[in-house]
Amino acid sequence: MPRFNTCRFFVAVSFLFSLFIAHPVHAEEVVVYSARIEQLIKPMFDAFTKETGIKVKYTTDNEGALLARLEAEGKNTPADMLITADAGNLWAAAQAGLLKPVKSEVLENNIPAHLRDPKNEWFGLSIRARTLIYNTKKVKPSELSTYEDLADPKWHKRLCLRTSKKVYNQSLVAMLIAEHGEAEAERIVRGWVANLATDPLSDDTRALEFVAAGKCDVTLVNTYYFGRLMQKDPNLPLAVFWPNQNNSGVHVNISGAGITHHGRNGLAAVKLLEFLSSDKAQNLFADVNMEYPANPRIKVDPFVAAWGSFKQNLMNLVKAGELQATAVKLMDRAGYQ
Amino acid sequence: MENKTLFGREFFRIILSHRLMTIWRVVPFIAAALVLAPVGVVFSSFLAPASDIWQHLVETTLPQLLINTLWLALGVFVGTALLGVSLAWFTAVYEFPGRRFFSWALLLPMAIPAYVTAFVALGLFDFTGPIQTTLRAWLDNDLSWFPDIRSRLGVIIVMTLAFYPYVYLLARNAFVSQGKRSLEVAQSLGLNRRQGFFKVVLPMARPWIAGGIMLVLMETLADFGTVAVFNYNTFTTAIYKVWFSMFSLHAASQLASLLIIIVFVVIVLEQQFRSRMRYAENKRTERVQRIRLIGWHNWLVTGFVMCVLFLAFLLPVTQLCIWAMQSFTQDYDVARYLEFLWHSLSLSGLAALLVCLVVITMVYASRRYPDSATRYAVRTAIIGYALPGTVLAIGVYVPLAWLDGQISELVQRWLQIETGQLIQGTLITMLIAYLIRFMAVSHYPIDGAMQRITHSIDEAAMSLGLHGWAMIRKVHAPILKSGIFTAATLVFVDVMKEMPITLMTRPFGWDTLAIRIFEMTSEGQWEQAALPAVTLVVAGLIPIFLFMRQTEK
Repeated sequence: MPRFNTCRFFVAVSFLFSLFIAHPVHAEEVVVYSARIEQLIKPMFDAFTKETGIKVKYTTDNEGALLARLEAEGKNTPADMLITADAGNLWAAAQAGLLKPVKSEVLENNIPAHLRDPKNEWFGLSIRARTLIYNTKKVKPSELSTYEDLADPKWHKRLCLRTSKKVYNQSLVAMLIAEHGEAEAERIVRGWVANLATDPLSDDTRALEFVAAGKCDVTLVNTYYFGRLMQKDPNLPLAVFWPNQNNSGVHVNISGAGITHHGRNGLAAVKLLEFLSSDKAQNLFADVNMEYPANPRIKVDPFVAAWGSFKQNLMNLVKAGELQATAVKLMDRAGYQ
Repeated sequence: MENKTLFGREFFRIILSHRLMTIWRVVPFIAAALVLAPVGVVFSSFLAPASDIWQHLVETTLPQLLINTLWLALGVFVGTALLGVSLAWFTAVYEFPGRRFFSWALLLPMAIPAYVTAFVALGLFDFTGPIQTTLRAWLDNDLSWFPDIRSRLGVIIVMTLAFYPYVYLLARNAFVSQGKRSLEVAQSLGLNRRQGFFKVVLPMARPWIAGGIMLVLMETLADFGTVAVFNYNTFTTAIYKVWFSMFSLHAASQLASLLIIIVFVVIVLEQQFRSRMRYAENKRTERVQRIRLIGWHNWLVTGFVMCVLFLAFLLPVTQLCIWAMQSFTQDYDVARYLEFLWHSLSLSGLAALLVCLVVITMVYASRRYPDSATRYAVRTAIIGYALPGTVLAIGVYVPLAWLDGQISELVQRWLQIETGQLIQGTLITMLIAYLIRFMAVSHYPIDGAMQRITHSIDEAAMSLGLHGWAMIRKVHAPILKSGIFTAATLVFVDVMKEMPITLMTRPFGWDTLAIRIFEMTSEGQWEQAALPAVTLVVAGLIPIFLFMRQTEK
């Protein structure tokens, strides 16, 4: 049996350890934590690297986990940029001091005021419009009007909703609170719950399928889910209705980004952010997922444009974050599961 | 001179063995300490008040959540116990057509993540699914009588089908080694077969069955993916809601600590109850004559087993394959796919190895030193499985991030070098996190196997001059083998399916199949998730083939 050799043992252990150790940060690169999935960010990153030579390293996870992770890592974080698929979480990140303000004329120029943080800590990069989809065999568009109207008893047993656990619905209700006050918003949500044809569903696609199959007549979803489903089966009896066109406008959420407070490659990260807001990336960013570009000068993908143009709700999305917890509590009280 | 070296060698041997003994002895405590780190992070949340959220929960959703959670736990408990034990009994003791095939095929559902089974079940049986759609067209009826799968019973059935293999695997392990023989003993004492089963065989297999059920319960309580597909609200969904939607990690952690306490109490109770009994194997296994079923009994059993296998495995996998083929038309990056596969396999393999090694040592230590400190250390070490994945992931991450921060600060101060992250973002972080999560999974089978090594076996071995390693190798290893294989298989498959820890701790670029599934499903693209899901199932079959067929005799 070979004798135990302390020296050799240490060499072996440190060698093994070095295999596992993280590689040091590369000079010209940006590290991104993203809640927007790989397929929806990689094309833009590749384009950015091609143009600037700056590498982009990224990892994906859900928003809450990424925020907690950034907070735990503190000063030592490798991340330079945080990307999310909604405004509420960007607000929460800013609130926790994880993001830093960016002073950039390019961004101010490209991104409308209501889609970015008033303190410039985060910026919307694409618009996710939450609209009404109805069954064309059972509903005349003239019957539809607003989000608030879906609380009317005439929709009894005709409404399908996705679960209140999804942030898109939380943002929507937060915006309703911002507009109408808490009491009125609660009355509306209670009205929705009373009109449900079936228990809330786990995702938007499922809600659309239920409308198409005739279980209910109308639902509330993000447009790109509708787009995907129609691309697969163009014959479904579904159509878009843009609500609230005579008053506040369609509720929009964003997929957006901010620069982390402790990132090491701040300059390169701002460059990437500006690139993402530019003509070159905006179409890619929105079109890969049938979303709307945040930059209003960019043309919408023809397939998406065919659903018609609409007036957006111009209230700043910071409200979606500020009132999200209130909205969740409200929905709990109203019995919206 | 000669004497001197001999003395020296002897001295060295004693020192070495003594030192090994002590290192070995502290393994349960190290394991417990590792688990206590994230648990401590979770419990530290009580330092920050979150009373407004508590008040809100108590006034609104909490009562319903608790009822939902209790029913779910109870339903899955009864379901997996009935299914797991009966299937194990049939395949271990009876002879029926296809028995050899079914005995390992019944493990296959283990390779399918439960949320995938859930999604497929919903896709097939819900209002918009092919079954209801076709029936509506045929009968020209709104089908309001059709049972709603998005219900409590629906979740229970799906989870039972997804989790029964834990009970099956462990119970079968017990029955194969002792079932037939104890039944014969019971019958020789004048009991009939049914009495023998309930009065002798079942009680004797109790630690294994209880172990399997404990794993199922922990998995059920911590589950998020499956209940989310059903939009069935449980304690765990509340934890995530409070964290992700109300931005209160504190309140979420407080809720999670309640979960830990409940599970810990159950673990202690179960083991208290068990420790009053002693389990011993009556004789080393040898080929036993199976009971031949005749006539319609034969086909009844085959039909039942076939039914379970169909619902729990064939149906979901077929649906997945159909989706995978539909989504495969685009130009797929095959090389990238192979990379995912490689990452999944290597991570699962490493984790299975590490977890099993630690647990074997732990179990040996608690056998050799059965004091209450060691016992509590072992119980603490297996609590990691009861925490909802993301809560555990952040609980593991926080102390490591803190450690990393301290180290890099020191290095910066002394050497003026910016190190960045040293521990985080490495495989070490991942493996530690997996270890913390999955010790329970390998503890139950290995501990169950260890119960069979009685002290009389040790004494007999010693009387034959076998000590230390020789005894472990020649006497213990053959008895422990099947338990260790079971444990390794479970950990391997579980790690492969695991999402939250993998997501949070993976090094840049270390994407696995599970991460691919997460990305696709998080945007609602289930069809796109089918290909990685099928690959994951196939990869999960590898250890089942390798290990489980070995334990078949």
